[in-house]
Formats: sequence, C-alpha cells, structure tokens
Amino acid sequence: MTKRRSFVSLLSTCLAMSACATLGAGDTSRLDLISKRGELRCGVSGKIPGFSFLQRDGSYAGMDVDLCKAFAAAFVGDPSKVQYRPLTAPERFTALKTGEIDLLSRNTTFNLSRDASGGNGASFAPVVFHDGQGLLVRRDSGIRSLEDLKGQSICVGSGTTTEQNLNDAFQSLGLPYKPIKYQDLNQVVAGYLQGRCQAMTSDRSQLASARSGFERPEDHEILADVLSKEPLAPLSSGGDQRLSDGMRWVVYALITAEEMGITQANVDDKLQEARDNPDLTKVRRFLGVEGDLGSKLGLSNDFVVNVIQATGNYGEIYNRHLGPDSAVPIPRGLNQLHRDGGVITAPPFQ
Amino acid sequence: MKWKRSRWLELALVVVVLTLVGILVNNLAVNLIRTGLGLSFEWLWQPAGFALSEHTLPYQPGDSTAWALLVSWLNSLRVIACSIVLATVLGVGAGAARRSLNPLLRQLAGLYVGLIRQIPLLLQLLFWYFVAFLGLPSQPFAPIGTLISLSNQGVGILGLNLSVEFSAVLVGLSVFTGAAIAEVVRGGLDSVPRGQWEAFRSLGINEGLGLRRVVLPQALPAILPALSSQYLNLAKNSTLAIAVGYADLYAVSDTAITQTGRAIEGFLILLLSFLALNLLINGGMQVLNRIVVHPAQRT
Repeated sequence: MTKRRSFVSLLSTCLAMSACATLGAGDTSRLDLISKRGELRCGVSGKIPGFSFLQRDGSYAGMDVDLCKAFAAAFVGDPSKVQYRPLTAPERFTALKTGEIDLLSRNTTFNLSRDASGGNGASFAPVVFHDGQGLLVRRDSGIRSLEDLKGQSICVGSGTTTEQNLNDAFQSLGLPYKPIKYQDLNQVVAGYLQGRCQAMTSDRSQLASARSGFERPEDHEILADVLSKEPLAPLSSGGDQRLSDGMRWVVYALITAEEMGITQANVDDKLQEARDNPDLTKVRRFLGVEGDLGSKLGLSNDFVVNVIQATGNYGEIYNRHLGPDSAVPIPRGLNQLHRDGGVITAPPFQ
Repeated sequence: MKWKRSRWLELALVVVVLTLVGILVNNLAVNLIRTGLGLSFEWLWQPAGFALSEHTLPYQPGDSTAWALLVSWLNSLRVIACSIVLATVLGVGAGAARRSLNPLLRQLAGLYVGLIRQIPLLLQLLFWYFVAFLGLPSQPFAPIGTLISLSNQGVGILGLNLSVEFSAVLVGLSVFTGAAIAEVVRGGLDSVPRGQWEAFRSLGINEGLGLRRVVLPQALPAILPALSSQYLNLAKNSTLAIAVGYADLYAVSDTAITQTGRAIEGFLILLLSFLALNLLINGGMQVLNRIVVHPAQRT
C-alpha cells in the first residue's frame, strides 16, 4: 500500500516537472509567435493610476496599457488582442526572461544594468515618460528638504532602483536614515499613512498617483528634491532584434504622429488625403501609402495607421491619462515634444 | 517474482526522474549560455549600496553584499528562534487547556485554534502589522508600569527595544504556529490512555503537576515528530516578513537580486540558506527526540 502511494506521488512529481520543462526557444522572432498566437501578452503593474490601473468593469486603463494596445495594433492588427499580466516589481524581469510575457510596459526605468547582457539583458524601446524619484511628506511635518530627514524612517518599495537612489542620495550627503522596505506600493502607502515613516519615496509620477487616492491629498506634499533620473520605457527580453525594432518604431510612430498633427480622429482623413495627393511624400511614407517601411520591420506596411486608430498619438495618450482633466494630472514638463521645450523626439521615418 | 517487478518499476522511475532533472539542468545551462550570463558570484563581494533598517552586527551600505546577506540571515534566525519559543509556549498552553477540566479555558483555547487556523498567515501578518502595531499611538505609552512601552515607532520590553516590524512578524508567526502546535499537543495528550488521567486525579495530584509529571512525558513521543515539522513550517513561513517591511533574508536577497540582476545565483543562495536553517532545526529536534523518547519505545 505504501509502495503504491509512493509510486503515485513520484509519478505526479514527474508530471509536474515535465510540465515545467520548456525547451529552449529556437531562432525565430517572438514577433512571429505573437502574430501566430493572435494575442500579445503584456506585463503591466495594474496598481498605478494613470499608468495601468484596474477599472470598475475589470479592464485596465492607463498610459502603459495604451502602449500595450498600440503594440498589439501593430503586431497583431487588433488593439483588443492583449492579455494583461499584472506583475509586481520583483516579478517583472523573471516573467520577461522566462517568456511568460512578450513584453513589459510597466513603469520600468531604463538603465545600464537592465540593458546590458551582463545584467538583466533586456532591450528597451524609447523612453515614453521622463520621471524622477521624489519624496512625499506630510505638509505639517516641517520637513522641507533631505537634510530634515536625517535619521528618520523612509518607506520604500522592493525590487526597484528606488532603494539604490535613496541610498545614493543620503550616503553622498552623509545622512543616516532607516529604509522600511515593503513588497509593493500599496504597502508603502499604508505604512506611510499609518505613520510608520516620516516620508515615502518613489517616482514622482507614482507619488502623484498615490496621493490622488488619499483621503486628504492636500495634506501631503512632494519635496522639491529630485533624487534621480527615471526614464521609463517598455522593454522586451534581449536578443530579439525584430521584436525590439518593432517596439522602437511603434513608439516613434506615436511621437511622429503628434509632430505631424495626426490624431485618432483625423487619421482616416489624413490617409485619404495622402492617397489622393502624391506630393505628400512624407505622410505617404509614414502611413504606408508608398514605400515599404512597415514591411522592413516585418509588420504590415500600414502599421502606423492601425496604431493611431487604436490609441491616438503620443500627446493624446498622455492627455487621456495624465493630462490636466484626468484623475492623475501630472504637468507634461520634460515629456513635451522637443519643439515645445521637452525632450520627446523621434528619428525620421525614412 | 512480484518483488522483482516492483524493483524494475522503481528503477524505471529513477531513470525517468533523473532524465527530467537532467533536462531541467540542461535547459538552465543552455539558456544561461544563450543569454551570455553564466554563473558568477563576484557581485557578492561588491558594496551592497543599500541600508538595512535593523541589524544585530554592525552594517553600513558600503559593506559587501555577502555581509548584508549574512546580517539579514541573522535577522531571519533571530525572529525564527524567538517565534519558536513563543509559539511553543502558546501551543502547549492552548493544547493542554483544551483537555483541561475548566470549561471556560477549554472553550477559549478551542476558539483560538479554530479562529487562527482558518485565516491565511499573510492576512494575519498584515493585520498584526498595519492594524495592531501601526495602529498604536506615535507617543509611547506604558500599560504595565515600566515593563512594556508601546508605540507605532517601536516596542520596548524590559529595556529591550524591538522594531514594530520584528514584533509583528514575531507575534504573527507565533500566534499562527501556536494554533497548529496546540492541535499537535492535543493529539499527543489524547494518545495517552484515559486511565493515566484518572489515575493521577484519583491520587489527588493537581492538574498542572499531573500534566507535567504523568501525562506529558508519555505524550511527548507522539508530539515531537509533528512538532518539528511545525517548526520547519514556521521557518519557511518567516519569508512572508517582506510583506510587513522586516529586513529578513528573503527581503534583502530580493533587493540584491534586483540591483545585480543575478536572479539565479541569488535564488541558489536563498535555497541553500534555508536548507541550512532547516537542517539545523531538524538536527536539533532529532537530538531532542533521542533524549526524550525512552529507549524501550524506539523502533
């Protein structure tokens, strides 16, 4: 009897193990896999209002989510064919590396360690949001600068560059501090609101979106000190040139569309206009009426049209989720087009 | 004939299992080569670059990552050791109370075990931390003279200062495991023949003394094996500490992995550390088992 039982348990172990054993992928691009599957698996946070947040009806919304839709429009031809995977900060790179998701669109900071093959070995698309790490404190605490936080407790989330930036800032000033480290942002917020920490730290955009959910947001303020550059960008697992090229040019398409004044509302008119007028060569190339730019990437030649129909241009995406009338207003600042004084720009579609 | 067949079956199974393990290891090796990563542990000796909220040995962000991991392993060890003691006291108390003559005591213990065992540990930890400990006022107050001082910035017991994170993990783990130990103890007590209880009661020996001198010694052989598996569970459950901000081994290796990108090496170290920890607990319990169990009862 015991022998039989041990046999059964051994057998089930074997089955479980063989289910886990995935053989190494061949040389084909993930792009083929995505279009064959007819669906894009996109890693998001799901917990950051304005970037990716679960709605009442169970769908996700936010800037990161719109990027997933734009990628799906370009790679599959349908922005609704996205399977969202909510991931915590520590989980995200493992999920990407193991191939559980195709790409990550989740407030991820672009830096050397994550890009290099000796680090996370990821391939980053262009920066879609220029952020910086900040500190949120109570207005009545009297804390106005980093020096005022000497020896105090600071709530911080795990699995992010946030911890290192915090340390770099305090160490360079020779200030002692106590990091209270939690697993995700919700716990950081709870620890801060319960008074465990005198300050909480995260990217300023995340602080703004967290504060929007407080009972009395006006009682809290984001310090003027910016601890780091946080350029946030979507990314794929390294070594897949076709996928990373595809992602890169989808983001550039969103930016170029804003530069050209092509919006979700007028893209069909612009397309018709370009078809009728052979002199509009720049727009014709961009929208795939002439030339073979899309095919060169291994996408449909008019992928730009699909993308703009799905989400609108970069500026429209920004305003939809972070604009002055949205729930999480964040001034555009660095994220304006280059011609408007920001740093957002795209190389030519040629 | 039959014996031979089962031998062949076992042999085949071993081959299958070994093949599967081989495939897994090969996958890992192939993927590591494909991504050009390879295994490397040099990062262990580079400066950690992050602070720890609590440490028993001196620690600074400029110290090596290996030192940070060791310090955090000691944090884990500290909370596990304290929780084991507290959980055992709670568990033995509650387990004995369930067989007490006092109906109020019996029901209270039953309520404790019933309630605690129904709620996931993570929820309990979050409750103890965010509701119970962080719900305390920010200015310390001392309910029992100078014995204990409580605030949401720290807990003081007899001049010993504990962080709220440590206290929450300690209480959470102890209360949760205590309930499981109570059941183990009750089961052990039930394994002692009724006659033994009746015997000491009829001799006029009081309940406490009878329990300690007559029943428990006979119940221990049944209790100890299950008890050690509860201790092992407790040690493993301590990794949930990351949810409430305690700088245990899991939380710190998580930070180290994020900063270095060395996930596989980091998890290997984690695995080996917990293996070492659990072997330590297991070894200790085996020694205890050998001392407690009467030679005649050994099989």
